[in-house]
Amino acid sequence: MGQPSRIRATAQGDGAVVRVLMTHEMESGQRRDAAGMAVPAWHIAELTATLNGQPVLTAQWGPGVSANPFLQFRLKNAKAGDIVGIAWKDNRGDTRSDQAVVG
Amino acid sequence: MKYGADPNPTRRDTLKQGLAVAGWMASAGLLPDVASAQSTPSTWNAAAFGAHSFETVLEALGTAQPTLSDEVVLSIPELADNGAAVPAGMSTALPGVKRLALLVEKNPTVLLAVFDLSDAIDANVTLRIKMAESSNVYAVAMLADGRVLYTVKDVKVTLGGCGG
Repeated sequence: MGQPSRIRATAQGDGAVVRVLMTHEMESGQRRDAAGMAVPAWHIAELTATLNGQPVLTAQWGPGVSANPFLQFRLKNAKAGDIVGIAWKDNRGDTRSDQAVVG
Repeated sequence: MKYGADPNPTRRDTLKQGLAVAGWMASAGLLPDVASAQSTPSTWNAAAFGAHSFETVLEALGTAQPTLSDEVVLSIPELADNGAAVPAGMSTALPGVKRLALLVEKNPTVLLAVFDLSDAIDANVTLRIKMAESSNVYAVAMLADGRVLYTVKDVKVTLGGCGG
């Protein structure tokens, strides 16, 4: 089970701005450890954002997204009380799902 | 150089033996299998993330010829001090954007991210990316009417963010 994500969803006009801070190493696969062995890539590969349970955004990520990834997007129609969900799956099959209420 | 049984094995022989043992261990399932450990869900486009140029990535994503357009906006600093976390935003005011993709030409993995947008989302996403060195950065927008538009920016990186 992955570490929790921090989600902030703020109502703005008709919609809402969603900011997400995930907790993940996002190992690039380029580094070598102290023994000179390549450290295999380990990164979030898939991400799904939902609004009240309906998928609104899906993403595929490579190892080039920064460690502890930050993501910001804007929902066209959302109001205070709606529930925003962020779920991800990394390339080792680990998953994490978090929710926040639009405020 | 002698081959076969050697009471004083050379470095080359030793390496060979090591490889043979590693191969045997792998076949016996004793070593962690990198390929299966990396098995990702089927929707993850391994071909696109394994491609090494702007053209081959777009080919792997199955898109048409991209057109340079100033209607796609890439918000990224021209000078990035720390290549480990460069803020990058992609946006366009055009309607009917189905997909946004971000590419860094000189990164070991050229394709950074692909976003599939529903109608409920503005075509405007921001994230932080790693940049190995100064490079062209591309933002590509794929529209519902089949058009593929892109914009490019040259970003100077002071300290690369991949080698760690």
